[in-house]
Order: sequence, then C-alpha cells, then structure tokens
Amino acid sequence: MYKFNFEPVIAGLDKLLYGAVLTIQLSVAAMILGLIVSIVCAAAKTSNVAPLRWVINAYIEIIRNTPFLVQIFFIFFGLPSLGLRLTPNGAALLALVINFGAYGTEIIRAGIESIQKGQMEAGTALGLSKLQIFRYIVMKPALRTVYPSLTSQFIYLMLTSSVVSAISADDLAAAGNDLQSATFASFEVYIVVTLIYLAMSVGFSLIFSAIEKAAFKYPLSR
Amino acid sequence: MPLIRAFGPNEFWIIVLAAQWTIALSVIAFAGGGLGGLFIALARVSDAKWPRRIATWFIRLFQGTPLLMQLFLVFFGLNIFGLGINPWFAAAIAFTLHASAFLGEIWRGCIEAVPPGQREAATALGLRYFNRMRYIILPQASKIAVAPTVGFLVQLIKGTSLAAIIGFTELTRQGQIINNATFSPFLVFSTVAAVYFVLCWPLSLLAGRMEKKFSRATTR
Repeated sequence: MYKFNFEPVIAGLDKLLYGAVLTIQLSVAAMILGLIVSIVCAAAKTSNVAPLRWVINAYIEIIRNTPFLVQIFFIFFGLPSLGLRLTPNGAALLALVINFGAYGTEIIRAGIESIQKGQMEAGTALGLSKLQIFRYIVMKPALRTVYPSLTSQFIYLMLTSSVVSAISADDLAAAGNDLQSATFASFEVYIVVTLIYLAMSVGFSLIFSAIEKAAFKYPLSR
Repeated sequence: MPLIRAFGPNEFWIIVLAAQWTIALSVIAFAGGGLGGLFIALARVSDAKWPRRIATWFIRLFQGTPLLMQLFLVFFGLNIFGLGINPWFAAAIAFTLHASAFLGEIWRGCIEAVPPGQREAATALGLRYFNRMRYIILPQASKIAVAPTVGFLVQLIKGTSLAAIIGFTELTRQGQIINNATFSPFLVFSTVAAVYFVLCWPLSLLAGRMEKKFSRATTR
C-alpha cells in the first residue's frame, strides 16, 4: 500500500505559494494587455476596410482552432528563426495575450452590439450631457453585458496559464514541477498544486460575483 | 548521416499521420465522456440530494482546475495504485473524466431548458422517471445539446495536445520529436498547428451554423 508523504510538500509550500502569486501576476497582466488587443480588434472588426476585417477574422479563427500548447511552442521555439527571441516568461505572456485577445474580441463585440442607437438618442432627448450618456447609457450596460463572460474568461485564462510551465516559464505549475523533481513526491505535490488552483478559481469567482452584485444591480443606481 | 536532417515531405507526413493518435484519443475521451456526462447530467438534475451534490462538486472540481494538473494527477495517481506509468491509459482516463464533467454541465443546462410543463405532462400521463427521461425529456434536450456539444469537441481535441507533456505521442509530441531531429521549429509547429486547424475549424463552423439555425427555429 502506498504511503502518502506530504512532509516535503509542506516544507516547500512557500515556493508553491510564491508560484501562485506569479500565476496571478501573469494572468492579470495577460488579461489587461489582452483586453487592449480585444478592444482594438473589436473596433477593427466593425471597420469599413474589408482586408482589415479578414485579418482580424483569420486571427480569431486560427487562435480558437489550435491548441494553446502549440501556440506557445510556435512563439517560443518558432519565432526566434524570424529574429524574435523571447525569454520563457516573455513568450508565456505574449502567448497568453494573443490567446486571450481572440476570445476577448468576440466578448467585447457582443458588448458593443448590445447598445442600441435609440438608447443614446433617448439620452440626448432627456438632456443628458455627452459624458453622462457615455457613462450611464453606453458604458454601464455594456460592461454589465460583457462582465460575466469576461470574468469567466479570466478564470479560464488563469487555468490555461499552467501550460506555460511546458516551456519552463515561472508559474504555479512550474513551481510544482520543480518541487516534484526535488522531492519525488509527485502525486502529493500535484494534489496540493491542484488544490491551490481550485482555491484561486473559486476565490476569484466569489470576488467577481460580489463585485457584480455591488456594481451592476437593477435599477441602475448612481 | 548528418546529425540534423532537413524538414522534407517525409517529416511532413509523419506529423500529419500522427493526427490519428490525436483523433483516437479524442474519440475515446468523447465516447467515455459522453457516457459519464449523461450520468453526471442526470445526477445533477436528480431530485435526490446526494447525487446532485456529488455531481455539482465533480463538475466544480474539473472546471476549477487546470486540465494539465488533472492529467498529472491521473498519470502519477495510477502509478500509486500499482497500475504502472502508462501515458495511453492515463491520458484516456484523464480526458474521459474531464469530458464527463464538462459534457455533464453542458447537458444539465440542456435538460433544464426543456420547459417544465413537459415533465409535468409526462408525470400526469403516468410515466415514471426512466420513461419520462427516455421518451420526453432527453429527446428534446438532445436537440438543444448538439451545437454546444460539437463546440466542446473542439475544446477536447485541442486539449488532447497536453497529453504530449506526459509523453503520449500524438500530434504535438510528434511535432516536438521531429523538431528535435530537424531543428526547424517554425515549419514544424506551423504544420502541427495547421493539422489541428484542419481538424477543428470545420467542427467550429458546424457548431456555429447549428447554433444559428437553432436560435432562428426557437425565436419564431
């Protein structure tokens, strides 16, 4: 019978928790940069220049129909032959931003499309200023529409980011790999690492739904 | 013989043919996950408290942790139970469990989307649980389920690439092996990505088209 030995894992818990911090940092950075990419691409998708729309559509389809692991291998191993040499952490961030951007574009576009022109006209008729219209009529409902998909996409991004350990970028999964090869307590290490991921995703979704309740309750409060 | 060989048609076909293992793994996981997912979905909408709770936690566990960690846990876990280290077996089990949880959650939504009157009418007609599910609820739910299920299949095919990390030689791992021999990562990983694209894109298009058709049919 196998004897579980969690001692080496507990001894290395500080390293795992530091890895968790790195995972959160990486995910938040990728989310912020990815959102910028998403907003730019969503705007470009509505442009009148057809080739621009084709490029954005191709980008979205290629990213959504290939595995993240292959994308990160391509960026880390393939791009140096085009003269773009990245550190593992740089490649990890770039890959996550590119990946998130493709999913985020569709989410942002849905948010933009949820605002009907008549609502803005109604705002003008009510004598609201341009800033007020943007804040209460465009921004708030659009954010409320995209918020649930955006936050669940963030949690998905955080879980996907574990794959960056495959190119030995620094994150929680990589911290687990290091501890595993130092202690050989493979199963115990990965149980604890998995539980930390679970705690992070449950924690984030609780925080996100608390924010949603506070910020987007009906009727719209000032 | 030179240490580094060139990336030629031979290497290209080795990569393309490795897709058969990606497809095999996806088919096994999809079949196993379909069975498990139906079970989870039924437990999730059951009237009994415990099946519902266990199914909820099973889904939460798999949706709240990285697929890579699920794969590692099954891989190293099988060794603990004396089943040895076998990437094939580990990958098949891990992806089956993963697919069970995700399909279970998707299909739960579809079962709950069937109007409650259908269930009440079936009960009023004297149908017991099994026949109610078999003849009334599941046939209607399955129509709603087709598009999101095909969408998940794309996720699953992409997910099987992680089996490369535990040493299962499918499409991605074959790409790594060829890359180590030819050292032309740009060509190798472009080819690998292209093969995945050819597998996944038609399914994505199909899922999108079915979703549109379905929403048109139900908004009348």
